[in-house]
Amino acid sequence: MTDYNILISDDSVAMRQMLTLTLSDASYNVTEANDGKQALELAKSQSFDLIITDVNMPLLDGLSLVRELRALPEYQFKPILLLTTETDPEKKKKAKTVGATGWIIKPFDPDKLLAAIRKVLR
Amino acid sequence: MPVDLTEVRKLFFEESFENLDVMESSLLDLEVETVDQELINSIFRAAHSIKGGAGIFKFDHVTDFAHAAETLLDEMRNEEHLITQSLIDLLLRSVDVLRMMLSALQEAGTYDFQEAQACQNELQRALKNQSESEYDKTAQSLSPFAANPQVTEIPQSVTTEESKALATNPGWHILFKPDLSMLKTGNDPINLFRELAQLGDLEVKVDTSQMPALPDLDPQLCYLNWELILHGDVARAEIDEIFEWVEDECELQITSLEPPSEQVEVSPIAPSYDAGDAAIEPVSSKQDTVVQETKAETGLQESEVVTEKESVSETETSVEAVVETDASEGVSESDTEPEVSDTQAVVETAVFVDEKATSTPDIPAPIKTPEVQKGAAEGVSHHALEATSNSIRVNIDKIDSLINMVGELVITQSMLDQIGENFDSSRITHLRDGLAQLERNSRELQENVMRIRMLPISYSFNRFPRLVHDLSAKFGKKIELKLSGEQTELDKTVLEKMSDPLVHLVRNALDHGIEMPEQRRAAGKSETGELHLHAFHQGGNIIIQINDDGAGFDLDKIRAKAIEKGFLNYDEHPSQEQLYDLIFQPGFSTVSQVTDVSGRGVGMDVVRRNIRALGGSIEVKSQRGKGSTFTIRLPLTLAILDGQLVRVGEEIYILSLLSIIESLRIKTELVNSFAGFAEVYRLRDEYIPILRLYDLFGITPTSRKLEHGLLVIVEGDGQKMGLFVDELLSQQQIVIKSLESNYKKVEGLSGATILGDGSVALILDVAGLIHLFQSQIKAPHTRFHFLSGVRYER
Amino acid sequence: MNDETSPVANKKYLTFVLATEEYAVDILRVQEIKGWNKVTKIPNTPDYICGVINLRGTIVPIIDLRLRFSLEEQTYGAMTVVVVVKVLSDSNKERIMGIVVDAVSDVYDVPENQIQPPPDFGSVISTEFVKGLATVDEKMVIILDIDRLLNSKELALVESIAH
Repeated sequence: MTDYNILISDDSVAMRQMLTLTLSDASYNVTEANDGKQALELAKSQSFDLIITDVNMPLLDGLSLVRELRALPEYQFKPILLLTTETDPEKKKKAKTVGATGWIIKPFDPDKLLAAIRKVLR
Repeated sequence: MPVDLTEVRKLFFEESFENLDVMESSLLDLEVETVDQELINSIFRAAHSIKGGAGIFKFDHVTDFAHAAETLLDEMRNEEHLITQSLIDLLLRSVDVLRMMLSALQEAGTYDFQEAQACQNELQRALKNQSESEYDKTAQSLSPFAANPQVTEIPQSVTTEESKALATNPGWHILFKPDLSMLKTGNDPINLFRELAQLGDLEVKVDTSQMPALPDLDPQLCYLNWELILHGDVARAEIDEIFEWVEDECELQITSLEPPSEQVEVSPIAPSYDAGDAAIEPVSSKQDTVVQETKAETGLQESEVVTEKESVSETETSVEAVVETDASEGVSESDTEPEVSDTQAVVETAVFVDEKATSTPDIPAPIKTPEVQKGAAEGVSHHALEATSNSIRVNIDKIDSLINMVGELVITQSMLDQIGENFDSSRITHLRDGLAQLERNSRELQENVMRIRMLPISYSFNRFPRLVHDLSAKFGKKIELKLSGEQTELDKTVLEKMSDPLVHLVRNALDHGIEMPEQRRAAGKSETGELHLHAFHQGGNIIIQINDDGAGFDLDKIRAKAIEKGFLNYDEHPSQEQLYDLIFQPGFSTVSQVTDVSGRGVGMDVVRRNIRALGGSIEVKSQRGKGSTFTIRLPLTLAILDGQLVRVGEEIYILSLLSIIESLRIKTELVNSFAGFAEVYRLRDEYIPILRLYDLFGITPTSRKLEHGLLVIVEGDGQKMGLFVDELLSQQQIVIKSLESNYKKVEGLSGATILGDGSVALILDVAGLIHLFQSQIKAPHTRFHFLSGVRYER
Repeated sequence: MNDETSPVANKKYLTFVLATEEYAVDILRVQEIKGWNKVTKIPNTPDYICGVINLRGTIVPIIDLRLRFSLEEQTYGAMTVVVVVKVLSDSNKERIMGIVVDAVSDVYDVPENQIQPPPDFGSVISTEFVKGLATVDEKMVIILDIDRLLNSKELALVESIAH
């Protein structure tokens, strides 16, 4: 059973805490970033198996972060998920236009989050 | 799986109040007409964060409201709006509403949701794209603020029963043909199949016909298709969810293994909706007809072999949505896809109704019992500090330097340890050095630890731009607020307790200090008045100055008022200081009516009392026509004070340096008796009562002769007193220890401390001493009790 | 009547001497025993309140039981002993206080059923803070109710409402 390293990026402390609690509970290793720029730097310095990012963040927003990540060889095909409150299907799919693997609606149901992650990890 | 939400909940509230502050200050910084992208973006993000967080805890009203504000802000950042003052004011009002709602939720209280709903409606009216969000529809059609308690269990149980009735579903047949490039987004069919396999028995058949020869094979592309058969009672929605992300990058055909006719048993739902529930009725009748239509449609489509994945999945979803929707699947709102057809849209609303209906029980109790509170802006206190947060955010630098300090302490200790071993007199200098170092380490450690409890005064100052903005509008005055020294730090408790007094002083300055524009113009001043809040450190204290360039205090008016209210006799001519002092007397006000703004039970006397309780002082200087300055002096920390040690007989007492005006040798010729029983000392043009401490405390002094001792002039509670002591000892920093925890409160004492030799010294409380003294003397009437002395004219 | 088959409640008591009398307090209430230290007097307090001392950083009041019981005063010296006790108030607030005694004797087990109620001397001596009398080692021991003794109205230890 391998240890998976997940990077989460969200400017809301409460949201990060929620994510970390849910993910660590399921034995994933979690690293937190509070904006897109920090997330990008962390992603470059460490190898993550999955990146989950919010859309609205200061310095570098989620969509731009995904674009930047996809430009890096390390993260070309790695799973990247966008956290969005968007319920409009068209807008949800915007995540795909920048190359994200998929999206997670927030507020998220912990079980659904974990199910979604299972779709891309292992 | 239950995750402990209490920490997250605390974080959410803390963070949200901070976000509200950000929104407010940014809104105040927004200039009319200009679109400052950065600023609007940060306001948007703040609202978005609040919405997201509220969603976690299902604070639906907050989510809805925040969504409305967020949508407006989104339009603003897309330049769809002209930035007008009324837009800014509307958003400021929204901030107040959110603050109100969040406070209520945090403290399980109530809030004025007529105001909330009114404001939300305003927000929605202001939107350019009216027909937008689903939130919109529900807000308008259902008036969610009026909770309908019966709208709960019935639909839910019906739905599950219904889905059970339908659950003779043997499974699904799935044709999955990914596009060549599907893998590039990080999606892997294997994982998807594994998830499918969790739902039931899965048969997988792979079609490798599209694979090229090995040399032409690109490992990043997907050449395979699959035919999957999933056996089991699986809901269509679950399959859709698994393929959700790859929908657009593949060909997907999902057909039921079930013959079509049994699938659409939807009609039974309609009557049971009727059963409960008035609010839902109108919609359910529509639903009836919709359902019949969809039945027909689906029936048709089932018999055709549909190659277009879209129409199949979507129409089926519509039926499924009605059948399967279970409010417990909180996220199912997102499963429905409204863009396909009108029928869809109506069904969807039905779904929504269900959602909202079943989610009402989640709305916290306060909403069920509406209680109109005072307008949001007034009624809600600023939450950066006052939320009973027994926690404090500390800059990590402070912690780091603390860790360093402790490290050094440990080093010093082991050094002393070493010296102690095999000690002889030749090592005395080493010992002295070591001890000096110990003292340095301890002092630094102490200073650093105190700093942890300190916060910049900006936490308090930050509420003023908004306050000034609102009040100047209210009073019709033009006022410019200047803040300086916001980074000056002070103890968190002192900061919290100073909040209200500062607000009162600012309100006062705005209300009574600064004049109306016409008056200012007439006086040759600029129409815009200036209010300056300035904080800085001085010695071991923090000084806060509130300065306005308004009308200043009219001393004659004060005097007249004092005579009128009986504080003064007509023939008395107190000094300027004494007159200013009158402002702080309870019941004294130079304004004939107390306006509701400065009033509210917080008078200047309370302000001063609060400041004094913190060990601080306040004084005012003013110039008629030019303005006034209030200067507040506060200790940097509550646990420590700068003390003056005094000796009376064999006992040592401590006086707070802040309370000492001066100390002097007594000249007996300046001592007079008063009304035959009390002694007063003539100090320049004042007569100050003399308190023989040894007498009050029942101790034997070194000498009873005044000329052998010293007189320490102190001030407390607006009065001056001369304390007769034997000797003045050193000045030092005193750690205040409580007398009350094991003993009780003693009048005249504000605590105790432990001196270097381990003995206990009592800390004197000047106000208490004065009170004790007066009750002992049993002085007849006399306004002696508040004027520090009577000025005799020669 | 220490029947081995029936469990009788046995409490341990610390006994001490005051003038010629022997007193006892529940051992669970005794925090420590220390020698006499210089006390800081608190102005305008009854004579049996000696003052306060520094007990490892906490301010603790010291009560002279001899004066409290109006016995003959004694000067404090190297042999004087202070028993530091935990006192509970009505609202279960715990206070630490010290009582000055002549000497500490020993710790004894006293079964509950051997404690007799104190005799009634009328209003001459208040027995409100006496739990009872017991015979230990052929001596009469007065068992004190430490909470009542050190919480009494005379000490006026009223919890300040401001708390």
